[in-house]
Amino acid sequence: MSLAKLTMQKTLSLALTFALCAGAAAPALAQKTTSQGIDEYRAMLADGNPSELFEAKGEDLWKKARGPKNATLEKCDLGQGPGVVKGVFVTLPRYFADTQRMQDLESRLVTCMETLQGLNGAEIAKTPFGKGEQSNVTALATWIASESKGLKFNLPQAHTQEKTFYEVGKRLFYQRGGTHDFACASCHGEEGKRIRLQDLPVLSQNPGDGVGFAAWPAYRVSNGQMWSMQLRLNDCYRQQRFPYPGFGSNATIALSTYLGVNAKGSVSVAPALKR
Amino acid sequence: MQTRRETLQRSVAVAGLLAAAGFPQFAQAAFNKTAFEAKSVPDAIKATGAATLLESKDVILTAPDIAENGAVVPMGVSTALPGVKHLLLLVEKNPLALVALFHSSESLENNFLTRAKMGQTSDVYAVAVMADGKALWAKKEVKVTLGGCGG
Amino acid sequence: MADPMRIRAQAAGDKATVRVLMSHEMETGQRKDAAGKIVPAWHIQEVTATLNGKPVLSAEWGPSVSKNPFLQFVVKGAKAGDKIAVTWKDNKGDSRTDEATVA
Repeated sequence: MSLAKLTMQKTLSLALTFALCAGAAAPALAQKTTSQGIDEYRAMLADGNPSELFEAKGEDLWKKARGPKNATLEKCDLGQGPGVVKGVFVTLPRYFADTQRMQDLESRLVTCMETLQGLNGAEIAKTPFGKGEQSNVTALATWIASESKGLKFNLPQAHTQEKTFYEVGKRLFYQRGGTHDFACASCHGEEGKRIRLQDLPVLSQNPGDGVGFAAWPAYRVSNGQMWSMQLRLNDCYRQQRFPYPGFGSNATIALSTYLGVNAKGSVSVAPALKR
Repeated sequence: MQTRRETLQRSVAVAGLLAAAGFPQFAQAAFNKTAFEAKSVPDAIKATGAATLLESKDVILTAPDIAENGAVVPMGVSTALPGVKHLLLLVEKNPLALVALFHSSESLENNFLTRAKMGQTSDVYAVAVMADGKALWAKKEVKVTLGGCGG
Repeated sequence: MADPMRIRAQAAGDKATVRVLMSHEMETGQRKDAAGKIVPAWHIQEVTATLNGKPVLSAEWGPSVSKNPFLQFVVKGAKAGDKIAVTWKDNKGDSRTDEATVA
């Protein structure tokens, strides 16, 4: 507990030093002004989110005949019947009877790419984010998320697996480990935490419209990359000094379930724009 | 400092504008290498054909006070003044100051918005280069908390 | 072949605001890769646009325009149904043109 706090403080003081070194004489009072400034900056970028480029790519891929079976993804069942895209993003992860497992959007897309198009699911799962078929999965996820923009999260919790995965996700959220003894909760379990100028949402409860689970996939301006929820979760683990749990792993799906159920009733703004 | 050759190139371009039948006024628009390779703000502005630089309230620079990340900083230049040849956006502390050059046109409002990379906190300039050789500018400091030039 | 642009053109009165998102790395030529070598400059240099085939926009860009560039400009005398075509050309000679109808 104290170790995590110490590291957090160190990170914050480093961030402040950085901000001062950036040449700006930022007085301590400016904390609120800076926050407003950042809001203004984000508002200026709201129109014309480069994620639209990935949405277009994703929609294209959905309708394009590909793979050894030369088929489109238009019969893919994302939880509400074959081909239904509108509204599915806010009901994932969920249990799928055909694969008999809990699946999130991305792992479900890979299932469809395998069964409908004949592509190699295991290979895709092993492909690094941003490369090859993984970048196609991200583009597809971006488009499918956009088709639920403005809708409220409503993950099903009827099936036993859905309830179990919620509980597993919760345990994982609080589980500390690794070299720094971090858990998701270290950064996302308390009010008032931030990294540099980004406020960190509390994810053990409903963080509200367009925040946390409701804001990914997102285009990250810092590296010009489109980040899916799978990448976000895996990279959070890397930042905690854990190895990647892996694409489509039960751990990431359980966490997504926990976050998604917590977000019930909140509006999705995905795909969003992030630092 | 604008060389004689550059002045000549500009004149040829202008002559081309006037000589062109009907509308294709951009037939001669060649990439202004000199301006884009200039290191300082004044050098870059002068390379686009301006002789004098004057601060002006009639040139509007749109930019945030602070950018979360220097990789994407929105910035816009606009003016309601007549007689504009080009509009420029520049970042003083970037290795090469000139970000963008927009040629004025009868079919467009003198109002452009784009996004640029900033390496660090710096003054950002919006400039209207006028037909009479004056460069009217406005500037503002944009704070950058994390430099956007990669690495 | 480069990825397509996203062009939206909205008419209001006798002008149209055009917003474009282009897909491009916009490499500055200042960055070094993991091996310490400079990643060569690769960026859009020229952007032009036409309204119903008539040239209206001509712009020159340097490498400091952001990756996946955004551009907004306002065309006079444009109305719903008109065609806007935007073209970019980069320093390697690659080029892309996309079209949109003014809404």
